[in-house]
Amino acid sequence: MHSESQRAPWLLKLATAAVIVFLHFPAVIIILYAFTTDDRTFTFPPPGLTLQWFGVALQRSDMWEAFGLSLRVAVIATGAALILGTLAASAVHRSKFFGREAISFLVILPIALPGIVTGIALRSAMSLGNIPFSFLTIIIGHATFCVVTVYNNVIARYRRTGKSQVEASMDLGATSFQTFRFVVLPNIATALLAGGMLAFALSFDEVIVTTFTAGQQMTLPIWIFSQLTRPRQRPVTNVVAVFVLLITFIPIIIAHRLTQDTSAE
Amino acid sequence: MSDQPVPAIRFSGVSRHFGEVKAVDDLNLDIYDGEFFTLLGPSGSGKTTSLRMVAGFDQPTSGSIQLFGNEVAGLPPYERDVATVFQDYALFPHMTVGENVGYGLMIRKVSKPERQQQVEAMLNLVRLPDMAGRKPSQLSGGQRQRVALARALITHPRVLLLDEPLGALDLKLRQQMQIELKAIQQQVGITFIYVTHDQEEALTMSDRLAVFNLGRVEQVGTPADIYEHPTTEFVAGFVGTSNLIRGQLAQAIVGSPEPFSVRPEKIHIQQIGDPIDAGHCSATGRIDEVAYLGMLTRYIVALDGGGELTVVEQNLESTSMEVMAARNKPVLLVWSRDHNRVLSEKG
Repeated sequence: MHSESQRAPWLLKLATAAVIVFLHFPAVIIILYAFTTDDRTFTFPPPGLTLQWFGVALQRSDMWEAFGLSLRVAVIATGAALILGTLAASAVHRSKFFGREAISFLVILPIALPGIVTGIALRSAMSLGNIPFSFLTIIIGHATFCVVTVYNNVIARYRRTGKSQVEASMDLGATSFQTFRFVVLPNIATALLAGGMLAFALSFDEVIVTTFTAGQQMTLPIWIFSQLTRPRQRPVTNVVAVFVLLITFIPIIIAHRLTQDTSAE
Repeated sequence: MSDQPVPAIRFSGVSRHFGEVKAVDDLNLDIYDGEFFTLLGPSGSGKTTSLRMVAGFDQPTSGSIQLFGNEVAGLPPYERDVATVFQDYALFPHMTVGENVGYGLMIRKVSKPERQQQVEAMLNLVRLPDMAGRKPSQLSGGQRQRVALARALITHPRVLLLDEPLGALDLKLRQQMQIELKAIQQQVGITFIYVTHDQEEALTMSDRLAVFNLGRVEQVGTPADIYEHPTTEFVAGFVGTSNLIRGQLAQAIVGSPEPFSVRPEKIHIQQIGDPIDAGHCSATGRIDEVAYLGMLTRYIVALDGGGELTVVEQNLESTSMEVMAARNKPVLLVWSRDHNRVLSEKG
């Protein structure tokens, strides 16, 4: 498929390599300093390598608390996004109604809106409504942008599947519910999985909106942020950052593969 | 009417309006049990909308649709004893061929062994044995078509609706499927309602057909009826080709300005000065264009009295060289008066 003439020139290769290094070098540094023996400053190269910080990190109860909160928030926000995103996509795709385009736009807006705007908006709205900041408000904040990833994935899948499949199912005697279960759901399953994983990853490492909507609670990213101001046991922060990296990176890769597979079919 | 059986489908004053657009306008039509009935018309003529109203995918704005005497307007698709074969087949891509065909039975909670047996029988009927394990994506267009047919027939609907089912197939396969569809219809003995814009297909397959134009039915009849006795200008022009003669030219040929049509194959080309038999019409002209079509040759003859006529002759003895040499030749056109069809201006 690739002929000799289509090979990228060396200048382009160099530029590409430079961009990749620029993008990912910081992440490499994070991983590297999770193993350093120096616990106060970042000196390069690290004076020595050790695994002790992993043990220390695992014994920090404040870390576990934050981790647990982040996990619960991400799972519930993703669940809410799956239901709401699928419903919104189904409504927008299947029926024509006044303001359909506007609703589609409004659903997607939170991902385009700067987090700080969403954060301020949610905080003021919640203060106005006298809603105390809590676990619930964090979830609401996260759901705003999690819905978008599910919605986008599902509606893209709907657009690729013919409308007559639903009609065919009803024609063969299936009710709306049976049609959803036997025809629609299997069709959008991988889209839901991909959208859900992206939503989970987005929620798990969210800082800005969380800062505005959380009360006293600390999610893992906020815990990391607070740790950076304290130089003690600095590598622990890096160790936790590596966890976050893995927990968000793996779902995104899986989601990417899922959507790739189905488009190749 | 009283000696007629209850029609399989009866449209009474059915209209479907989309805002200002009258997709179907005051449709009255009876389709009898066991008929292969075709709704023929150009795109946007209302034939597909009419079919979708029978299936329940679309609801009439007004009027009533009866299925064996029972009103169905307002019922959802799953409560109607009809099944549809879709233009794009609408097979479920995540299911095997066998699961697709057995879908209707699965919904009706038929036991698995029973289902398997019926799926097998149905796949045999459409001549796709041993395909149950494949996925639809592994099949050719013609095979998918057969799977769609088997899936629709397995629940033994009383009426099968086919929405341009052969539209996506190539000519050879289409002709083969036309014959097969007709054979399957005779075998299962139920009413087929077939939507197409292909007049040849309609003439080949139908017991009767309705010609649609602009949301209205122009004419209903057997293929021979429609072809030999078109009653409107539109039908004469849409079903086969016709020469439309009107006004002054009509006056000159038959002595009346009423419009009429005559089929190109009914007109014979003769030498100027040849005798004209009683009961025949004639016109003189000059051959303007010749198209050699293999089995046939089509001539466009510019008439001396203005206008032109299309004439088709079989190439029984002539070769392409000979017919091509006829260009610009002055000729006498002769045809029997019996082949003139007076048309109403309707439509």
